[in-house]
Amino acid sequence: MTGNVMAVECNTLFNWLLRLGDNTLVLSHRVSQWCGHAPVLEEDIALANTALDLIGQTQMWLNLAGEVEGKGRDADTLAYLRDAWDFRNLLLVERPNGDFGHTMMRQFLFDAWQNVLLNRLKDSTDPRVADIAEKAAKEAAYHLERSRGTVIALGDGTEESHARMQAALDALWDYVGEMFLDDQVDRAIADAGVGPLPSNLRDEWDGIVGAALNEATLTRPDSDFAQTGGKTGRHTEDLGYILAEMQFLQRAYPGATW
Amino acid sequence: MYAQMVKTARVGVKPRDEMTEQERAFQDRVDANEKIEPKDWMPDDYRRTLIRQIGQHAHSEVVGQLPEGNWITRAPTLERKAILLAKVQDEAGRGLYLYSAAETLGVSRDELIELLHQGRMKYSSIFNYPTLTWADVGAIGWLVDGAAIMNQVHLQRTSYGPYARAMVRICKEESFHQRQGYDIMMKMAFGTPEQKAMAQDALNRFWYPSLMMFGPPDQDSVHTAQSMAWKIKVATNDELRQKFVDQTVPQIEYLGLTCPDPDIRLNEETGHYDFTPPDWSEFFAVLKGNGPCNKDRMKARITAWEDGAWVREGMLAHARKKAAATAAAE
Repeated sequence: MTGNVMAVECNTLFNWLLRLGDNTLVLSHRVSQWCGHAPVLEEDIALANTALDLIGQTQMWLNLAGEVEGKGRDADTLAYLRDAWDFRNLLLVERPNGDFGHTMMRQFLFDAWQNVLLNRLKDSTDPRVADIAEKAAKEAAYHLERSRGTVIALGDGTEESHARMQAALDALWDYVGEMFLDDQVDRAIADAGVGPLPSNLRDEWDGIVGAALNEATLTRPDSDFAQTGGKTGRHTEDLGYILAEMQFLQRAYPGATW
Repeated sequence: MYAQMVKTARVGVKPRDEMTEQERAFQDRVDANEKIEPKDWMPDDYRRTLIRQIGQHAHSEVVGQLPEGNWITRAPTLERKAILLAKVQDEAGRGLYLYSAAETLGVSRDELIELLHQGRMKYSSIFNYPTLTWADVGAIGWLVDGAAIMNQVHLQRTSYGPYARAMVRICKEESFHQRQGYDIMMKMAFGTPEQKAMAQDALNRFWYPSLMMFGPPDQDSVHTAQSMAWKIKVATNDELRQKFVDQTVPQIEYLGLTCPDPDIRLNEETGHYDFTPPDWSEFFAVLKGNGPCNKDRMKARITAWEDGAWVREGMLAHARKKAAATAAAE
């Protein structure tokens, strides 16, 4: 870290990096569940590609988290050997896939947020963070282009596709607010110039999402209610099942090399 | 090999004196190793046979996503997960360009998918076997992709241009797929006793089904001769099977695993391994629909297609609206 900024306490930085890595890890898991089951072959390819990018980002964020923590844990150890309460991802990314529209709406809401965030992180005072953001932002921009296009097409498409996309938006809206919630970790990170305050991302996100929803002829839900807890380890019931599946081999055969 | 028992649209090779002038000219081009391109004249039977073969190959890639996809969410490390995702993505990509190759022969992707869903077109028998442990992902890469390469290397020289070119690309990917499969097997065979047991179990279950991938013995393969004359098929089932066995046995030995065929041994005279043929009654049962996973695989594909109908319709409707708006603005 450069010397001219306030140092962040290791544990704070570790927790903040877990949030980034856990978001991409859990979302990647969800997206990868589509493999072989998408509506058209092009979508099978695109979904696998998205999941793959997210895994790559996970490896970068979680390896850095492990390095910062300094206890010898790497991305795999962190992904496979923590229980749900130690996960720091947003609740949004662990929500079940639902139909294809639901999956793509979740992706869009996340992609819009991730793009805004990564673009700010390119200017992080921590060069390691800036470096990862630089790499991930290119992928995230493509993800957004695609999920945005899909949301617009299906929102505008047929009566049925419109209804399904509106239902997806309504169902996921409760999980939007958490993305912009500031807490102690975020404030310490922002004070040190490592990352932005989540609340500062909202205007730009609103702009991206509002324009797309408009084009998609979808109605933004009139609610400020937000389900929260993911960032501090209080998750929905779904995360336990994700981890039970994801961590099965590492838990059943401890110490084995794969 | 991802196309088995492809019925040639005629039985036996058409004798030269029964050919029309056009057919003779066509055969001369094939014999001279010229590539046949989509707009060239070709016999109807050649076209129909190719559609069946390329279609079956495409379906195999698509259905083949399922047994491996079964382990993506449970892959034991992030790197293994990424490699498996990339592999399955490759398979979907191949499905896409093989369907495109078939389209050059005048059949649409949707028509081929419908034939698959109606049970009127097949995919490789191998994908009707379940993936029960992580070692199965390794065994598929090593044995199944290994068997596929045997055939696909030859098909790079097949007479139909678009198919041959697709094979060039596929072979590059396939050798990477096989290496990653063997790498998984090495990690497990040289790992803990439980991992080694898993690797052995996967080999035991996938050995004979892999041999079946090459199709029935040459003596029972009534379609081979004409397909070979057309250079749609470049080597016989038994030739390829033997080559596969010869290549694989030393790999089994290197892994310290035991071949599930107790009678397999190197024949000093021929220089090839003598081996027990698979149970062909099982092969024909699986082709008829009575394998462990046939119904589940088809159900998964049909459900994906039907559940996705609203998405495809929505996309199309949006595209039409946009096109209409553009036209109105001009």
